[in-house]
Amino acid sequence: MSELEPTAGGYNFAYLDEQTKRMIRRAILKAVAIPGYQVPFASREMPLPYGWGTGGIQVTASIIGPDDTLKVIDQGADDTTNAVSIRRFFQRTTGVATTEQTAAASIIQTRHRIPETPLNENQIIVYQVPIPEPLRWLEPREAETRKMHALAEYGPMYVRLYEDIAQFGRVTTAYDYPVLVNGRYLMRPSPIPKFDNPKMDMNPALQLFGAGREKRIYAVPPYTSVKSLDFADHPFAVERWDQHCAICGAGDSFLDEVITDDRGGRMFVCSDTDYCSNRQLAKAAE
Amino acid sequence: MYVAVKGGEKAIEAAHRLLAEARRGDESVPELTLAQIDEQLALAVDRVMTEGSVYDRELAALAIKQARGDLVEAIFLLRAYRTTLPRLAVSAPIETERATLKRRISATFKDLPGGQVLGPTFDYTHRLIDFALAAEDESSISIDPAPALADNGPMTRVSTLLGDEGIIEPNLANDHEPADLTREPLTFPTDRTARLQNLARGDEGYLLALGYSTQRGYGRNHPFAGEIRIGEVEIEIVPLELGFPIAIGEITVTECEMVNQFKGSATAPPQFTRGYGLAFGEAERKAMAMALVDRALRAEELGEEVTAPAQDQEFVLYHSDNIEASGFTQHLKLPHYVDFQAELNLVRRMRAEWSRPEAEAAE
Repeated sequence: MSELEPTAGGYNFAYLDEQTKRMIRRAILKAVAIPGYQVPFASREMPLPYGWGTGGIQVTASIIGPDDTLKVIDQGADDTTNAVSIRRFFQRTTGVATTEQTAAASIIQTRHRIPETPLNENQIIVYQVPIPEPLRWLEPREAETRKMHALAEYGPMYVRLYEDIAQFGRVTTAYDYPVLVNGRYLMRPSPIPKFDNPKMDMNPALQLFGAGREKRIYAVPPYTSVKSLDFADHPFAVERWDQHCAICGAGDSFLDEVITDDRGGRMFVCSDTDYCSNRQLAKAAE
Repeated sequence: MYVAVKGGEKAIEAAHRLLAEARRGDESVPELTLAQIDEQLALAVDRVMTEGSVYDRELAALAIKQARGDLVEAIFLLRAYRTTLPRLAVSAPIETERATLKRRISATFKDLPGGQVLGPTFDYTHRLIDFALAAEDESSISIDPAPALADNGPMTRVSTLLGDEGIIEPNLANDHEPADLTREPLTFPTDRTARLQNLARGDEGYLLALGYSTQRGYGRNHPFAGEIRIGEVEIEIVPLELGFPIAIGEITVTECEMVNQFKGSATAPPQFTRGYGLAFGEAERKAMAMALVDRALRAEELGEEVTAPAQDQEFVLYHSDNIEASGFTQHLKLPHYVDFQAELNLVRRMRAEWSRPEAEAAE
């Protein structure tokens, strides 16, 4: 990968040119105006590969300003390689302050998780989205799925969930669990575990979703209803662990399983590294 | 005691240092120059320019060097650079009829005005490894200077000759601006200009396989290589303040026009139809494959039944870009342990339920 010059040398603030940012902001505004609707946009080639967060990066690049504080997480953690790479990209192209503290960030770009610490009205969370279309596994054709959204024809998705229940006694979707936004559009929450779905509902923060390769942007404005699909007799439920976090003892956070030896040894730790370290600090202070 | 892995940043830096070292290889071997890549790996440069969508030989050669010869990686470098360039002007359509030709062949007529010109082709070479090249002493290889190509003036295209007889469909005059997929996302149904741009940027191997599939019966369209030409064309722009075209340079292109049989429909008489391929530099395989796929994608507008993958617009156009495909395929190596944990939980619970009835039956 070619080395970028510092922000002053050659590339614009946040890499994208201002025309492109304006085009993306227009798409974002439209997305905010129609919660859950996928807005096509002229996604650019970024210097990072498609599928590695180019949609989220473009959204972040077009909303970030010099006064922002950026946090980037992947799998809930600030120190995973791709999070490090994306954070570094913005450090080099914007020079903005970065943080690992959820509470200190004004923009949080994420892949696969929503932080455990509740977000507030002054924050924007930007999700990296691989496949934006919730109906894609039911209907591969874009022309067809757009029609289904226009007509709110979501019966096939309920049928799929029903078939799961009939066959396995439960819905077998553990992540990227479909949601209905503002009572109108079916939306893919990006591959977050369904554990995180309830956090999207009525969240005070603005939630933006960018899919670079698929060239779509969508949004959930603050305080918007986000409902995970379910049935009256099979209500939506999140996963639970029998264990607590082995490091901080949290019993309410999403846990990663870590294999510690080759004799079946394993432990469970918080996937949200900031949440975990804050709890450790609080414990140490006691 | 488990300690969360930190230091991703250091690991990444170290990996990039290793990459730089691996790229250079054994330092006792002289370093490749861009001129060497441009001159002696010219077809790699052509492919990178075509799929990278930038005509710049030096930049493409640099990308190939930086990418250690991985052409898809080189194409990616060029694309990511291209997207930052300002758009200063839009050129007038190139006139391949007026190209200075290096090669021009037609499979449909034995002879035709301008004649058949083989040019520098692999065709009819016997694919025997030439061990003389391994000597790296070119003075021992005598190359007779090739005869200079006579300047025959403009050579009429085969499709134009057929057009005079009205036996091939006319090329519809295009009065609207061609689509630009780098500025507007693909929407369906597509305009042919959008399809051609998508195919021109598309992966050569992918188009080759799709084009080949039409030849084997998956959407057969009875193609003849009406004409293949490789030559230099002038690029002209019309500056607003001047109002007349000025030439800003020359580029080499490969053009393929397929002539395809068509039985006619309710609205069109039996006639030949067209498939079109164009690539930067010398890229005959790419241009021919592109022409086959272009014709296959016209099935719908020509009233043919869409039955094969190569005729399916969404299937072909959404999967042709090797930068998108390579990125998404390789994103699988990014961490997915949160989703995997969610699946582990689910599968464990389902396994427990699955084995319970058995246990009950055994009691």
